[in-house]
Amino acid sequence: MTTDTRYTRADFQSGGEVKWCPGCGDYTILASVQNFLAELDVDREKHVFVSGIGCASRFPYYMNTYGMHSIHGRAAAIATGVALADPSLTVWVITGDGDGLSIGGNHLIHALRRNVNLKILLFNNQIYGLTKGQYSPTSELGKRTKTSPAGSIDHPFNPVSLALGTEATFVARTIDMDRPHTTAMLRAAYEHQGTAFVEIYQNCNVFNDKAFQLLTGRQEREANRIYLEAGEPIVFGADNEMGVTVGLDGAKIVEVADVGMDAIAIHDPTMPNPGVAFLLSRLSHGPTGPTPIGVFRQVQRVTYGELMTEQIEAAKERNASASISDLVSQHGTWRVE
Amino acid sequence: MQEETLSPPKPPEQRDQVVIRFAGDSGDGMQLAGTRFTETSAAFGNDLATFPSFPAEIRAPQGTLAGVSSFQVHIADWDILTHGDEADVLVAMNPAALKTNLRDVKPGGLILANEDAFDERNLEKAGYETNPLHDDSLSGYHVLTAPMEKLTKIAVKDTGVTGRSVLRSKNFFALGLISWMFNRPTEPILEWVNNKFGAENPVARANVEALRAGFNFGNTTEEFHHTFEVAPAKLPPGEYANITGNQALAWGLVAAAKAAGLPLFLGSYPITPATSILEEIARLKHFGVKTFQAEDEIAGVGVALGAAFAGHLAVTTTSGPGVSLKSETLSLALTTELPLVLVDVQRAGPSTGLPTKVEQSDLMMALYGRHGEAPLPVIAAASPSDAFEVAMEAARLALKYMTPVILLSDGYLANGAEPWQIPDFDNLPEFDIKYATEPNGPDGEYLPYARDEVTGARPWAIPGTPGLEHRVGGLEKDALTGLVSYDPDNHELMTEARAAKIAGIANDIPEAEVSGPEEAKTLVVSWGSTFGAVRAAVNNATDAGYPAAHLHVRYLNPFPRNLGDLLAAYEKVLVPELNSGQLAALLRAAYLVPTVTLNKVQGEPFMANEITKKIIDLVGDPS
Repeated sequence: MTTDTRYTRADFQSGGEVKWCPGCGDYTILASVQNFLAELDVDREKHVFVSGIGCASRFPYYMNTYGMHSIHGRAAAIATGVALADPSLTVWVITGDGDGLSIGGNHLIHALRRNVNLKILLFNNQIYGLTKGQYSPTSELGKRTKTSPAGSIDHPFNPVSLALGTEATFVARTIDMDRPHTTAMLRAAYEHQGTAFVEIYQNCNVFNDKAFQLLTGRQEREANRIYLEAGEPIVFGADNEMGVTVGLDGAKIVEVADVGMDAIAIHDPTMPNPGVAFLLSRLSHGPTGPTPIGVFRQVQRVTYGELMTEQIEAAKERNASASISDLVSQHGTWRVE
Repeated sequence: MQEETLSPPKPPEQRDQVVIRFAGDSGDGMQLAGTRFTETSAAFGNDLATFPSFPAEIRAPQGTLAGVSSFQVHIADWDILTHGDEADVLVAMNPAALKTNLRDVKPGGLILANEDAFDERNLEKAGYETNPLHDDSLSGYHVLTAPMEKLTKIAVKDTGVTGRSVLRSKNFFALGLISWMFNRPTEPILEWVNNKFGAENPVARANVEALRAGFNFGNTTEEFHHTFEVAPAKLPPGEYANITGNQALAWGLVAAAKAAGLPLFLGSYPITPATSILEEIARLKHFGVKTFQAEDEIAGVGVALGAAFAGHLAVTTTSGPGVSLKSETLSLALTTELPLVLVDVQRAGPSTGLPTKVEQSDLMMALYGRHGEAPLPVIAAASPSDAFEVAMEAARLALKYMTPVILLSDGYLANGAEPWQIPDFDNLPEFDIKYATEPNGPDGEYLPYARDEVTGARPWAIPGTPGLEHRVGGLEKDALTGLVSYDPDNHELMTEARAAKIAGIANDIPEAEVSGPEEAKTLVVSWGSTFGAVRAAVNNATDAGYPAAHLHVRYLNPFPRNLGDLLAAYEKVLVPELNSGQLAALLRAAYLVPTVTLNKVQGEPFMANEITKKIIDLVGDPS
């Protein structure tokens, strides 16, 4: 970590006691975010963290920035108001799989389609933690929890697929334990103009431990993490011996030796059509096997806030000297003597 | 236009007031005809009040009773209070319009019917066995008929309008006829038509020709020999505009933002009858206002709250069902102590209820419809033009006391219009709003919940302000530092501090005033849009020898500080409301006065007569 900036991690720690369970993945994400902001060197008062309700949503209390711990599911809507009110702010939304995809699903998809300048970090632990262990909209089918003693019959969302379906302009996935990758995703999200959506696989060691074992376990991770790098062939494994092909029948895991390097897909997150990114997101749903992490999609589209400002400025120019009196007189008035 | 040089055969009969109702199928253009007549009368200088009434469906089945749309306008040469209990003139474009509106026509009143629409099919749809224009069922009225469709067809035949569009101009025929009957100039209508459609547009030409034909029909047909004149009203000198409640609200919010020196942010979701506030403000972007049509009611108030956190004058507009959805966010606004104005344009409920009809049934919800101990200020508009002042007042209270405020209007005020004496915009009061810019704690820290000693309000430090970084949220906060606190005593203290702040607003609002004769022993208490009907009823009863006084409550929470004393000074307290007795219950609970109720929940406003009768009964009853 370079330290030739104004800030250190401590500058972004609010001083309040952090109250997540010992060993929670949220601690790691908090550290990654605080370190990244210190490294970023943007005025601390320009950051606003808005969250909903859930374990993840306690996050703003621990950040020494502006913040609001709001209502279950509503963070994306409230953050939209903050971002549109003052475009000079960097507005971060902290949400979880229950908060963002269940009760707040509507606000999430609309924020993504509008392309408001928000950085949405969705901590996905595939469980309701704060209410002590009920299945969430990302829990796998058959999952036994207190509210699904016979196994969940709710087909889960794949958050990246969902975000791509809304035509979000920036969609990425990372893993709590992979700090350098998390930081890279935070930076890419920060630098993106518009709504950036980052799914963070986050371990809940109390109610859903090892949900992401395939991607975090020492034995398993090498064979299952597919790092997406723009402009690079999508390969993975200890010796990059595995790869991904993309065709009309979907994205497939292949052995490079079987198909030859030329057949391996080159990752291009800037494709205007979200189709290929969507196919990549379907490789693993869970994770149940090799899973892509990284930036799935990153395209430029004018932001909602820019369009809003543009319309206001144009209207002001057309009616440079307009007063409320003018407004009323246009409406038709008469005088009583 | 040639015909305006012709004068009616007889001198017009002078009237001090006339109530005219245009009624027809919802596709017949009655709202437009009524609005045009209103604007002309306003420009002419009459005082006026209007009452548009229409079905929730955009096009209910044609010719049916459910599909009838009407527009009533009361014009007078004096300062009137209501849209008029009964119509002097009913324009009935079809049998269904006649059937549904007849009960509101004065005995002996004039019925002007479009005889072409009284065919077998329409009569059957309206449930008439015989044609009321030809049997003697209307013998108590003065009936005039005109073949409006036939004459409209002839009038527009050279305008280029064809097919089904031909008959669309028949509302202009009716408007022409009424304009003739009431000696109204047609120029303002012609001007409007040409501006709206473009003079060369066939639709404009058809409307002009139909209007002309209607005017001439009155002028030349012997049957129509009688005309009326209502002189301009003697309103206080000044500049006036005709304004609806929703327009007044929209402009009041813009004026409030100017007074506060803050940008306005409106987060909203379309809902009848509040939508036109969003529409009006959306076209005022040149004032720097931001409007956001959200994905739902919850997001509407959510974005507004976000904007409030970031330092804007934040507003959300809705109707009853939307208030239910926003209530969780209101509680968050209340506990984070951020300023927010919620406008509830009430309609008849519960649920979808009668969405285009009026009711005052959200009062209890406004006061108590939130989880937790969550008091907030509630104020209500009394008339369309009063909505302007109330909008400014709601914003003033929200900003000064750092609290959400609920502003109650209703469907009657939203769409009804009256002349509004335009205020001097350059000399509107200014609100003294200051964001926090410096730490306020003893050790140079920022204490977001350190309260102002007088108002009880907390400071407002907005994101972007260096050194004042802080978090707000839904969890209970320490009374000073604002940090999350689960301390039992602190929660009680904060609950009490929030309540005391709102209760203290009673010292910052005017005392309630009673109007009426000294000897009155009965007090009639109103709130919201029933102001006009109640004031008229109190005047009428008093004139009839049954003295009563009137008290109108603008502030529903907190109540004016002298309200209890005023109520206690009367033997009887009557509370007429368009609900099942909500204010009456609140007054009983707060002041232990035995209120008498008069309730109406028909989706219609009060007629002054209904209230007058009740007052006379009460005053005349010695018990």
